[in-house]
Amino acid sequence: MTLQALIVVAAAIFGIGVYGALSQQSFVMIMMGLELMLNGTILAGGTMWAMTTGGSPKGQMLVVVLLTVMAVEAAMGFALVIGIYRVRRADITEKLRRLKG
Amino acid sequence: MILDVTFWAFAALAVFSGWRVFRADSMVRAAYWLLVSFAAVGVILVLLKAQFLGLILILMMGGEMTIMAVFMVAFMMNPAGLNPMTMVHRNRVAIVAGVVSFLAIAALGLFARFPTAPAPGGVDPTRRLGVELLGDSMLVFQTAGVALLATMIAAIAISSARGRFGDADEGSVEPVQLVVADAGDEPDEEGHR
Repeated sequence: MTLQALIVVAAAIFGIGVYGALSQQSFVMIMMGLELMLNGTILAGGTMWAMTTGGSPKGQMLVVVLLTVMAVEAAMGFALVIGIYRVRRADITEKLRRLKG
Repeated sequence: MILDVTFWAFAALAVFSGWRVFRADSMVRAAYWLLVSFAAVGVILVLLKAQFLGLILILMMGGEMTIMAVFMVAFMMNPAGLNPMTMVHRNRVAIVAGVVSFLAIAALGLFARFPTAPAPGGVDPTRRLGVELLGDSMLVFQTAGVALLATMIAAIAISSARGRFGDADEGSVEPVQLVVADAGDEPDEEGHR
């Protein structure tokens, strides 16, 4: 369990998340891609804390902030999915060809 | 030795289940594959002695993915996965972007020189994190709390059934149209129409 191995695993999770966020049509699946990217970021943050900071709790604070970002992303994502569905009856990106409501 | 085997097993599980998220035929299954991926990363964090972060990640994601699964059933087609499902656009571009970002970050991890300062044994990291949260990093902690509160208010405002000018599913209707309709009326004593 070395720093290099951990970063490669985090990069793999992040890369899969990038693929999902770019390729999926459904809004909720795009959110899953974003969450997977944050998952890789959290792993990288935890790795950096464990391997390079000498146990300083500030490294863990970064991961706490990332967890907050994930909660905010999920809540706002769900709210936007509901809002768009109410007004436009759209649940995939192809149904949104213009931004005006 | 046991640590390494456990790490590689959960690392493989995290990557495999992350890949399965976008290959599952049902969006509910996709949500639970994502939960498996998060749980595997949580176990790796516990192996790294960040027990608090690992367990809170598993706890948070357990709740969030359950909500997501309910969302799938409520909104999306084919929640049961009875039919094969691929809903992708610009698949090749997305694959290239994913592979490029993987290679770039992996190269950074493999070839960059990071300082080597592992967390010392004998000190409880959870205790140190708690002291940090309510000590030096109190402002960060509080800001995160305020951000979450703002998110709650914004989420309710966006998803509310009734918008500012009427029902949300009718879109926004500007009140200025009402003024134009009776623009020909005589102004009253105070100059209002």
